Amino acid sequence: MSTSEDTWLRAATALNLLAVDPVGLGGLWLRARSGPVRDRLIEGLQALPLPLRKIHPTIADEQLFGGVDVSATLAAGTVVEAKGIIGQPSALILTMAERADAGLAGKLALALENHTCHSLILLDEGDGDEEQAPPALRDRLALHIDATDIAWQDTTDVALPKADIDAARARLDTIHADDTVLKHLTQFAQDLGINSLRAPILAVRVARVHCALFGGDEIDEDDLRAAVQLVYALRATRMPEPEPEQQDDMPPPPPDKTEGEQGESETPEDFQIPEEVLLEAVKASLPADLLAHLAKQESKAKTPAGAGSGDKKKGNRRGRPLPSRPGQIDGTSKVDLVATLRAAAPWQPIRRECSPRGTHLHIRAEDIRIKRFEEKSDRLLIFAVDASGSAAFSRLNEAKGAIELLLAEAYARRDHVALVAFRGDSAEILLPPTRSLVQTKRRLAALPGGGGTPLAAGLKSALDMALQARKRGMTPTVAILTDGRANIALDGTANRSAAGEDADKMAKSLRSHAVDCLVIDMSNRPQQALKQLSETLLAPYVPLPRADAQRLSSAVSAVLSD
Amino acid sequence: MKQPFPFSAIVGQEDMKLAMILTAVDPSIGGVLVFGDRGTGKSTAVRALAALLPPIKAVEGCPTNSEKVADCPEWAEIGSKKIITKPTPVIDLPLGATEDRVVGALDIEKALTRGEKAFEPGLLARANRGYLYIDEVNLLEDHIVDLLLDVAQSGENVIEREGLSIRHAARFVLVGSGNPEEGELRPQLLDRFGLSVDVTTPTDIDDRIEVIRRRDAYDGDHTAFMLRWQAEDAIIRDDILKARKLLKKMKTPDSTLRDCAELCVALGSDGLRGELTLLKTARALAAYQGDKTVTRAHVKAIAPASLRHRLRRDPLDEAGSGTRVTRIVEEVLA
Repeated sequence: MSTSEDTWLRAATALNLLAVDPVGLGGLWLRARSGPVRDRLIEGLQALPLPLRKIHPTIADEQLFGGVDVSATLAAGTVVEAKGIIGQPSALILTMAERADAGLAGKLALALENHTCHSLILLDEGDGDEEQAPPALRDRLALHIDATDIAWQDTTDVALPKADIDAARARLDTIHADDTVLKHLTQFAQDLGINSLRAPILAVRVARVHCALFGGDEIDEDDLRAAVQLVYALRATRMPEPEPEQQDDMPPPPPDKTEGEQGESETPEDFQIPEEVLLEAVKASLPADLLAHLAKQESKAKTPAGAGSGDKKKGNRRGRPLPSRPGQIDGTSKVDLVATLRAAAPWQPIRRECSPRGTHLHIRAEDIRIKRFEEKSDRLLIFAVDASGSAAFSRLNEAKGAIELLLAEAYARRDHVALVAFRGDSAEILLPPTRSLVQTKRRLAALPGGGGTPLAAGLKSALDMALQARKRGMTPTVAILTDGRANIALDGTANRSAAGEDADKMAKSLRSHAVDCLVIDMSNRPQQALKQLSETLLAPYVPLPRADAQRLSSAVSAVLSD
Repeated sequence: MKQPFPFSAIVGQEDMKLAMILTAVDPSIGGVLVFGDRGTGKSTAVRALAALLPPIKAVEGCPTNSEKVADCPEWAEIGSKKIITKPTPVIDLPLGATEDRVVGALDIEKALTRGEKAFEPGLLARANRGYLYIDEVNLLEDHIVDLLLDVAQSGENVIEREGLSIRHAARFVLVGSGNPEEGELRPQLLDRFGLSVDVTTPTDIDDRIEVIRRRDAYDGDHTAFMLRWQAEDAIIRDDILKARKLLKKMKTPDSTLRDCAELCVALGSDGLRGELTLLKTARALAAYQGDKTVTRAHVKAIAPASLRHRLRRDPLDEAGSGTRVTRIVEEVLA
């Protein structure tokens, strides 16, 4: 397990490596809350041989790629071009990277790939798995550091002298990774469930840089350990099986493969790293709770939560343009130059006569026209499904069928969907908002039934998700599928009356937040309790008709289309 | 700038490589859609293809890469009549690109300094006669998708805005890549892609090691690595050029036409674009393999790639349409 001091040392190593080879390593994903520890790490970035530029997630294309500097242009009367940030080699520091949308991620990824003179540092203040920097960017950066748990007293000054860094950079080209290294790193990436091939490629690079920086002409165990800790630890999706016999099963690379000059003969005695050493290295660099979390994740699907596009998009689509309006240049809105010129045009002769300034364009503040866009927010359909024992007995499978029909419709309307299931003593988010139906279907099919009915917990989970979605600019609708026999209270105790009260409280809370709801009764006989719930929610009540998922689907779409 | 990774050095991913080569043989096939996980070499393959392709002849300074002076658009005001060779254009369309950047817009500099209404071409103009590459195509904004659809179909970009009324040729091969787990692509756009291939991360550990080994060699000893693969890239390039010549004389027997039609009827694909693409792709494949006649074998080989995304699809079908196509191909063309 990782101590705060170790983590700091690793973070410091990462900074030093980045200083040696900022472009080759792509950059650094730093997960930390803002505070003195993070400030200290950012300070360390000064050692990078590139100029540092700070950017933010809502940066405009003009700033990124360059464009016309509107205020300077209007003042000067000739075009003044603003240089784009991406035009010059630099280390870009993206603050609040967890809020970057897929569009910005795409543009930055392109910049990383095309102009091979950039380095990117993602400062990620995200909270939990749901909020993370865009995966497209994370995948391209070698160094991943989680500095959340570093204590201030453990931070020490570990920046290496500039001369050492420069020397390492000069030496880097002379260090080559031999075949054994490649094999170890590739194999290990696969064992950790890291699918992207970028990870081992970057790990090889990190090992080389580490070797160049810390002496040695050949990549040795220390270098590999550093590579594994910095590159693989936070990417791992599972832990390799610990059983030793499994590793014996794994044959050594087949001898018929052409290995080049690296014969297998020197592999065993000269240099071999037992997998356990690397595994220990990874374990050591994981925060304590992450390991437990990984173990939990194993039972769930492989894709980490939040991989969907729906939740990464902040819902603020550019939208269709509307006619422009008079306004002011305040930095937040875009100036519609054409409309501005058009507004100014009729006044030119008069203004020229009034003003001694000569014959150039006379544009005054009142001519400025601002672009407007019509934004459409996406709809999010949250299914809160009761998977308790009682529901399983009655009609869970029918309900699943009905949901699938609804999903097909959601697909046609390009809605986002999310799944919350409640059973046992708590609710679980099976699928964060996404547009991927394949994933939804898969999670739904794998949903088991059994246990109590924590209706209140389910409602709470749905409410949280709805509010989060609304913050991102989506319009949430909650569809509650249950048989209504709430018997687990919010605190997880089996108490029928407390459970009923809690459910009622949560329902009122949903209503007070004005979240659109829909109650689908999947019990065998329509339940009075659910009728009441729907009244509390001010929501339509749809009893699931016997063996007629199609009718349910049409009933629901009738409700939704209002 | 570093030369891109050589096309022939990409390990595995044969479906994707073949599909890309075929669109190079016959650009009218209409583009490739590559769906797969992150880090499987999608972008690498597209950039490599660009470096592999034979250069094109174009009028110097023409924003739309016109082949002849007569083809140059009027608004471009090109002084030069010189024909130069330049590499096949491969233009990236980044996510979140504005409409202005894609279709082109009023040239603000000229508007302000000279008071002229002039057109500043966008990405579509630059992609003419080349490739337009969209990474994460499934995350593209809907209104940009609509625009692309329109242009990809007509081969012409029409701009009617801001007092401009301009049209220019925009014939390009669309290459899109994306990760299906992150969102679906609208069926209308799916249909516009000629071919569709799925790529997966190689699961064989030796393949994976080979990928890393080559990549490391590319990064480490760049010159030697490029030299090593130059010859193999040249073989592919020659094959493509030969195939382009062969394609003009390609014989298409009626029985092959019937095969194509029967297959599409059996699969119930919407519209006739399926048959046309299937036939074109089969012809391109035959040409690439050096055959003079299109046969059933060619159709069979290429059917999954050219039809799998055209089926009237059950959005919840998990098995993937690829298997369905293969099964029906076996039944119909037994």
